[in-house]
Amino acid sequence: MSDWYRDFANSGVGTTITKQLGLPRPAVLRRYEPGQPLLPGPAVIGSAGKGRLRDELTALLRGAGVTVQSPVTADGATDGEKPAAVLLDATGLTSPADLASAHDFLAPAVKRLRPSGRVLVLADPPGEATSPAQAAARQALDGLVRSIAKELRGGSTANLVHVPAGAEGSLASPVRFFLSGRSAYVDGQVVGVSAADLPAGEDVEAPLAGKVAVVTGAARGIGAAIARVLARDGAHVVAVDIPASGQALAEVANDIGGTALQLDITATDAPARLIEHLRERHGGVDVVVHNAGITRDKLLVNMDAARWNSVMAVNLQAQLDLTQALLDAEGVLEPNARVVCVSSQSGIAGNRGQTNYAASKAGVIGMVRAWAPAFAERRATINAVAPGFIVTEMTAKMPLGTREVGSRINSLQQGGLPVDVAETIAWLAQPGSGGVNGQVVRVCGQSMLGA
Amino acid sequence: MAAQTRKAAIVGGNRIPFARSNSAYARASNQDMLTATLDGLVARFGLQGQRVGEVVAGAVLKHSRDFNLTRESVLGSRLSAATPAYDVQQACGTGLEAAILVANKIALGQIESGIAGGVDTTSDAPLAVNEDLRRVLISLNNATTLQQRLKALSGIRPNQLAPEIPRNAEPRTGLAMGDHAAITAKEWEIGREEQDELTVRSHRNLAAAYDRGFFDDLVTPFLGLSRDQNLRPDSTVEKLATLKPVFGKGEGATMTAANSTPLTDGASTVLLGSDEWAAEHGLPVLAHLVDAQTAAVDYVHGGEGLLMAPAYAMPVMLARNGLSLQDFDFYEVHEAFASTVLSTLKAWEDPAFCKERLGLDAALGSIDRAKLNVNGSSLAAGHPFAATGGRIVASLAKMLHEAGPGKRGLISICAAGGQGVVAVLES
Repeated sequence: MSDWYRDFANSGVGTTITKQLGLPRPAVLRRYEPGQPLLPGPAVIGSAGKGRLRDELTALLRGAGVTVQSPVTADGATDGEKPAAVLLDATGLTSPADLASAHDFLAPAVKRLRPSGRVLVLADPPGEATSPAQAAARQALDGLVRSIAKELRGGSTANLVHVPAGAEGSLASPVRFFLSGRSAYVDGQVVGVSAADLPAGEDVEAPLAGKVAVVTGAARGIGAAIARVLARDGAHVVAVDIPASGQALAEVANDIGGTALQLDITATDAPARLIEHLRERHGGVDVVVHNAGITRDKLLVNMDAARWNSVMAVNLQAQLDLTQALLDAEGVLEPNARVVCVSSQSGIAGNRGQTNYAASKAGVIGMVRAWAPAFAERRATINAVAPGFIVTEMTAKMPLGTREVGSRINSLQQGGLPVDVAETIAWLAQPGSGGVNGQVVRVCGQSMLGA
Repeated sequence: MAAQTRKAAIVGGNRIPFARSNSAYARASNQDMLTATLDGLVARFGLQGQRVGEVVAGAVLKHSRDFNLTRESVLGSRLSAATPAYDVQQACGTGLEAAILVANKIALGQIESGIAGGVDTTSDAPLAVNEDLRRVLISLNNATTLQQRLKALSGIRPNQLAPEIPRNAEPRTGLAMGDHAAITAKEWEIGREEQDELTVRSHRNLAAAYDRGFFDDLVTPFLGLSRDQNLRPDSTVEKLATLKPVFGKGEGATMTAANSTPLTDGASTVLLGSDEWAAEHGLPVLAHLVDAQTAAVDYVHGGEGLLMAPAYAMPVMLARNGLSLQDFDFYEVHEAFASTVLSTLKAWEDPAFCKERLGLDAALGSIDRAKLNVNGSSLAAGHPFAATGGRIVASLAKMLHEAGPGKRGLISICAAGGQGVVAVLES
């Protein structure tokens, strides 16, 4: 499943050829490894208008061992090392006129950005603006950031975080995520944070230490990657999959020191059995990842009821039923629980031959948004992650042409890896991510589909 | 040594689906199957890198290279390499005997946890060189001079190329086990129809158990198989009636390929521990192993059936525990042959047998058939000799756990050599 084209484009002769022919030149992305510093180089922080986050961001980055530089001047004067990240505090915007200062800061800084660099813009949500002019300025950032993401090369990404007044305390976890290698394939995204009570003193290397996590569909592919990453971050993983996948499931569980639970999540007694297992063996659960999913593709006009119903049962109804049962069961879902639901790019953009799948995955988004307030009340969160083109055994079976096109039509010009989805889920599962709730985070390299 | 004994807890089990001989597991060795089964157990109970007190398992058909089969399987598994292990062999009683041995050490406080198991393959069976050729080769190996070597080699004959093949036959009678069972079936006048009915019920019960997810936490798929290969959910008495008998002779022959267990490959394991050990590890206690008993009969000269020993073991165990045969919620009588189950039940119902052979004042009586092998048994699942005991112990423990506290289950397993093993479990 190696990306032969990416490897070729990064080889000596490949670099020359792709440059001369103007072919895409996908980069080798910076991905997270334990012990890695937050950034491979310094960060530069600037403001548009009179923002309120700059000092906090500076302290946060310095606390993480990052050197923070002063902004590069418009005439291109250098200030030491090239930055690995450019952060813009845009919380001071009052009208579109203020955007000029955003441009003034970003243009020279982004020009000097290292490969696999990060552009992160922090702003107030447009919906909470006090005037149409302010709303316009805030919304303008959307277009700005998404366009920067499309202009960046060399594996760099640009993302926007909405920070309403009062939610500043929730900022650390998303900022760390978007700057780190964990967000390698998350590009051109807008994520909102809200105020939340967060635990103090999180272990950055093992943020899930002592936590119990359930991952459905964990026997292979993206589910196995999620299980591995959650275990790497310190969680005890209860790996769930259908009984027929038990052999692969046991291997995953044994690799990560977790436990295997063979369970058909669509069975009527599945919620009761899962809850009994969690209660008896672990006393409760902190993290639930609804990853299990199936495809039964056919054009709508040719789709039979069995295809429709089985996809809905696994991909949507089971997520609803298990989540509801966990909410109802006394003392099983821990107060700071994190539920992460796997949606899909198909659920956002639609996909030919996938009316059932796309409907189920769009349904997941509706479910997450509707449940978010109730989760917030229990100091818990529920979010969705929507993978784009992720290189798995399944995509390896696609015809070469379809696969190549599918994997290149995004700003990073390559398919993502299961670990990219897993890292995003593991981030949302962190205790410190309590301010991220009801969000849909795409892991798609800023795919052109449904953007 | 502990001043008092304690009852060992059965925490759970794992087995691989049983495969028909020379089929799905044709290329898997005993060690492959036992290792995979241990790894499935490790995954189910989170035992990675842990040292359990002891792993006890065995195989009936065993290659000479597998002298340390269980220990080698442990070394290849995800358990700590510091886990001791040893092999046992008591024919078809191996798996249950292994569980008894582990439970006894736990009861004595010598170990806190242990795994009992068994494995057998009739596909990857050991072939030995011809006995004459073996002697020649040993002489050749011992020879020191050229003259001695030539003399040893001169003993080789073409007919020595035929290998020694393990046979499912009693060494002292030369009869296949099925032929022995047929003699017993005739003695006890066990009819064809009742055997076929028992067989169909075994298949239907096993299929229903799979369908309701009973085996979800007892079985881990292996080499593409996720259910027992011998299972025929659509089996009917009418269909079975069309089969020709394969054991016994002439008009009265009743035993067919369906109401006898087929040759099978597979492995099973059971996790046992003290109650304290289970609690410390956050693991459930499904049931306790209360007591067990073995017996043997003289089937060569004594006029007793080869597979009738459990009938003798039972009253001894019942008396020791102050129980009657009717004091149980579930009965697991190993279905080596449908006729064996029926002969055994009939013997317990027979006042003359119970008086003359078992030395009892009255018959042990009949059991409620609705409590017999309720989730299927060997006729449907198959019977990889040493793996059957572990299959039954884990399944019965789960049944008792589901039924609630204070429920009792009985196990009866017959074995080659005229032996039998019985045990009581209680939730």
